[in-house]
Amino acid sequence: MSNETNRRDFLGYTFAAVAAVGGAASLVGMKQAWDPLPSVLASGFTNVELSGIKAGEPLTVMWRGKPIFVLKKTAEMESSDRDLIVGEDRYTIAIGLCTHLGCIPAWKKTQWKCACHGGEFNASGKQIFGPPPRPLDLPPFAVKGSQLVLGEEGPEYKKIAGAMATA
Amino acid sequence: MAKFEKANSVGEWLDQRLNTTALTKVLMTEYWIPKDINFLWAMGVLLAVTFKILVISGLFLMMYYKPDVNLAFDSVNYTIMQEVAYGWLFRHMHGVAASVVFLIIYIHMFTGIYYGSYKQGREMIWISGMLLFMTFSAAGFSGYMLPWGQMSYWAAMVITNLFGGVPVIGDALVVWIRGDFNVADATLTRFFMLHVFLLPIVIMGIIGLHFYTLRIPHVNNQEGADIDYDAEAEKYLSGNKKESKVIPFWPVFISKDFAILGIFLIFYFYLVFFHYNFAMDPVNFDPADNMVTPAHIYPEWYFLWSYEVLRGFFFDVGPIKAFDIGLAAFGFANVIFLVLPWLDRDPAILPAHKRPGFRVWFWILMVDLIVLTVYGKLPPTGINAWVGFASATLFILLFVALPFITKLDAKKRGA
Ligand code: FES
Repeated sequence: MSNETNRRDFLGYTFAAVAAVGGAASLVGMKQAWDPLPSVLASGFTNVELSGIKAGEPLTVMWRGKPIFVLKKTAEMESSDRDLIVGEDRYTIAIGLCTHLGCIPAWKKTQWKCACHGGEFNASGKQIFGPPPRPLDLPPFAVKGSQLVLGEEGPEYKKIAGAMATA
Repeated sequence: MAKFEKANSVGEWLDQRLNTTALTKVLMTEYWIPKDINFLWAMGVLLAVTFKILVISGLFLMMYYKPDVNLAFDSVNYTIMQEVAYGWLFRHMHGVAASVVFLIIYIHMFTGIYYGSYKQGREMIWISGMLLFMTFSAAGFSGYMLPWGQMSYWAAMVITNLFGGVPVIGDALVVWIRGDFNVADATLTRFFMLHVFLLPIVIMGIIGLHFYTLRIPHVNNQEGADIDYDAEAEKYLSGNKKESKVIPFWPVFISKDFAILGIFLIFYFYLVFFHYNFAMDPVNFDPADNMVTPAHIYPEWYFLWSYEVLRGFFFDVGPIKAFDIGLAAFGFANVIFLVLPWLDRDPAILPAHKRPGFRVWFWILMVDLIVLTVYGKLPPTGINAWVGFASATLFILLFVALPFITKLDAKKRGA
């Protein structure tokens, strides 16, 4: 191999190294450009007053653009690990998007039915029929008196999330 | 530098600088086409024209469209439809062409399958064609979102949620694709970019590749006959046009394409003026609402078959969730056509009517795709769910069986 070729090889490798570093750096930049903006991430907290909710009729509130179901259970409804107990009352708190493909299931007397592909969830948010692979998701929340604050991870949330993870 | 002489005409002036005479020969007048091909081979030209219609009508729409969740719906349904002169026409042309382009793509694709045009030597034609189909699908979907109606919104919701099925990173991936926790403004603006810039550019690039892939193996013909193009071209050029098996693309072959194109355009404009509604879902004339899901969600007709494969598996099998089975089947449906040249084990290039087993396979596939398409639009309850399950299973089994069927055909023929 001549001297000449070696120099060219060296230039080639140097260029390859510079290009690899630059390429990797731009990929990181491009990835992050598609991440949610800080204003989106900061999109605040939502307060829900629990006292006015009627048992057996879920309330739907919007949090981070998603529907959140807050259901006060009636006495007949089964109790579950994910019940949020405030005083005498038991609540199911869930993100109101079907865990299959994200449609909003509708409340039909005692359960949520997803019209999209026929998925069904019981009053505790557990999937009981159809393609949904897991129970309705739990949004982070905290309880302050009779207020539910969505977006904060309170001790009640941690307890329920823990119970759901091991179930 | 080459020698430049005084040119006597504009043509000559260009020829000296750009070699235009040689270029038209390669691209047009000495681009050889077999005589023995039927009207189904005109779909390529129809697609090229439909794509042009899409680009031009799209340019006019883009001048008034506003990619913003608060403005998008009105910019389409009020500004373009009511205020802009002929805005309605551009919208209907764009919408109908987006739908019809898939019809022609499917005909083009299944013509290729019927005549074995994806085989030995023509694999790259097939692969680049399938890549075009995929980018067209992405362009169709991203465009469907832009009017920001109810169906747009929920279609985006469902499709982006599909990525949640990716192991480990699924949930984070969905947020990344949307740029928000749900389908929102960031999602709309990035899909707008994809639809009006990135995807069209990619499509144009692949169209160029697709045309180029044809030049070396040449286009197939009705009998799958192996033609010696050099010898046949020689015959044609020496004046022996009758005996030659080939004709030049321009101006001889293209005249047939133009005749078919004429019929197609009459059909297309008939749809644009009298039946544009089939490409416009009524649900999409309600503005997007992230708190209300429409009662029944379905994609445009051209995605129904793969949508039905996705939701055909509605029950868990042991520890495997129905959702994951459906997603795997959906993935299968979307890539399996790509490897078709290697699933077909018959070494000969023959039309389906000369391969008994394959012929049966082909028509069963056609019927199955139609059943999937019809049931993809119906609500997935009761008996419908089972028809969906059976036809989705059949779809997968067909491709599993293909290597054996084609091998058997070859054996029977004594190959
Ligand atoms: S989105 Fe609910 S069942 Fe598919």
